[in-house]
Amino acid sequence: MYSDKVMDHFTNPRNVGEIENASGIGEVGNASCGDIMRIYLKIEDNIIKDIKFKTFGCGAAIATSSMVTELVKGKTVEEALEVTNKAVAEALDGLPPIKMHCSNLAADALHAAIKDYQERESRRAS
Amino acid sequence: MQRIYLDHSATTPVRPEVAEIMMEYMTNKFGNPSSVHSFGREAKEALENARSQVAALIKAQPEEITFTSGGTEADNLAIIGTALKYADKGKHIITSAVEHHAVLHACEHLEKMGFDLTVLPVDEYGIVRMDDLRQAIRDDTILITIMHANNEVGSIQPVAEIGRLAKEKGILFHTDAVQSLGKIPVDVEEMNADLLTGSGHKIYGPKGIGFLYIRKGVHLSPLVFGGAQEKKIRPGTENMPGIVGLGKAVELAGQEMDSEMPRMTQLRDKLIKGILERIPDVRLNGHPTLRVPTNVNVSFEYVEGESLLLSLDMKGIAASSGSACTSGSLDPSHVLLAMGICKEVAHGSVRMTLGRDNTGEQIDYVLDVLPEIVQRLRDMSPLYQKSRKECEGCTRTK
Repeated sequence: MYSDKVMDHFTNPRNVGEIENASGIGEVGNASCGDIMRIYLKIEDNIIKDIKFKTFGCGAAIATSSMVTELVKGKTVEEALEVTNKAVAEALDGLPPIKMHCSNLAADALHAAIKDYQERESRRAS
Repeated sequence: MQRIYLDHSATTPVRPEVAEIMMEYMTNKFGNPSSVHSFGREAKEALENARSQVAALIKAQPEEITFTSGGTEADNLAIIGTALKYADKGKHIITSAVEHHAVLHACEHLEKMGFDLTVLPVDEYGIVRMDDLRQAIRDDTILITIMHANNEVGSIQPVAEIGRLAKEKGILFHTDAVQSLGKIPVDVEEMNADLLTGSGHKIYGPKGIGFLYIRKGVHLSPLVFGGAQEKKIRPGTENMPGIVGLGKAVELAGQEMDSEMPRMTQLRDKLIKGILERIPDVRLNGHPTLRVPTNVNVSFEYVEGESLLLSLDMKGIAASSGSACTSGSLDPSHVLLAMGICKEVAHGSVRMTLGRDNTGEQIDYVLDVLPEIVQRLRDMSPLYQKSRKECEGCTRTK
């Protein structure tokens, strides 16, 4: 039911973990619906220097989390904001239809982390 | 890599003895039991022989057995068939919250047709309370349908007590015995069952065959119409390969129950004990002893069931889960939720169901690989370190 790429990212997820003193943290989902994704960002000079994730969820939830970290590491904040859930699924050679809605939230978690970073920045500036 | 099948409550392989007799009735003895000639007569004889084999296992009379296409059809025939037949006597039906969907959805269909439905709650082990049942009974109650053993958590319902109460009140009692048949004794007299559902493919028989026991004197409206087969209760040319296969499977299950029951119980308890000892933050779902000998159902907190299944599958182990991802909906198992287990914990449930082919060595292997699988997923889980307190709303404590 899953593509080889999904299984690869599920079996060997990239960038699992947490970042101490992260520039931004984003979390989406909730445990009662079976998926939670949390993304940690380290941003320097508007570049995503490091990104880590922690995910509770099904195979698709773990694989999309892993894939989104790969897609945006080293990219600018603006480039990262352009990554969509759909793009993450496509990078994994697609997901089963039922998973497109419930477990394909990794880009949302990334965007939440960027928003957290931007809010912290604006608070610092003011 | 060795493959270990721990999903026998989903389905079982057809035993070679069963496949052999099925092949005979697909090829050489292909006759239609309704035909007058010798081909028909030999099929008719096999049909009645299989009926006797099934009747013998559940202590019924052969004429009380009606063959169906499986458990789902037998449940539908029992529930909708009695409701339609006895609608003038009353319109109230009682069932439980942990029934298989074949029962629950049939009952809900009747509710849409104007029948009244009471769905009894269950205790933390998934077992119906007799007091709740007593209170639910009304003057217009026509049917109580409560399963024998639960398909997800294996809990065994007090069917003998339920049957006695139903008989006392003059209410028909149906029980879905798909998950208990061949695993523990099923006796329609002891249960006072008026209707009982069984299935072939859960007991090393073929898929596509099941039966409904209908006590002598109980009448049903058929759901399909056609010829005179199965006393017009279930018309259609008999599925002879399926029927002889079911007969053989039932016979073998009956012969082996005395030796398999203790062996399965021992393997089950070894698996449960091993998991609880080796892995922290695990709950056993269902009753510790009032459960079929083949069922293990545990929740690993902070991890999600489908991830566990995929990880087990990569190690060659086949199991199932009550998580939403595997239920085809957004909600986890209705059985676990009815038992008061919170959604978070229900999502992390894994069912492992044992069978004839399982050995102690296989259980050792599962116990070897399971802790690292769970730990790997927990290390990835944002829930793991954040909070290790009890989920609110869960009635269960560790």
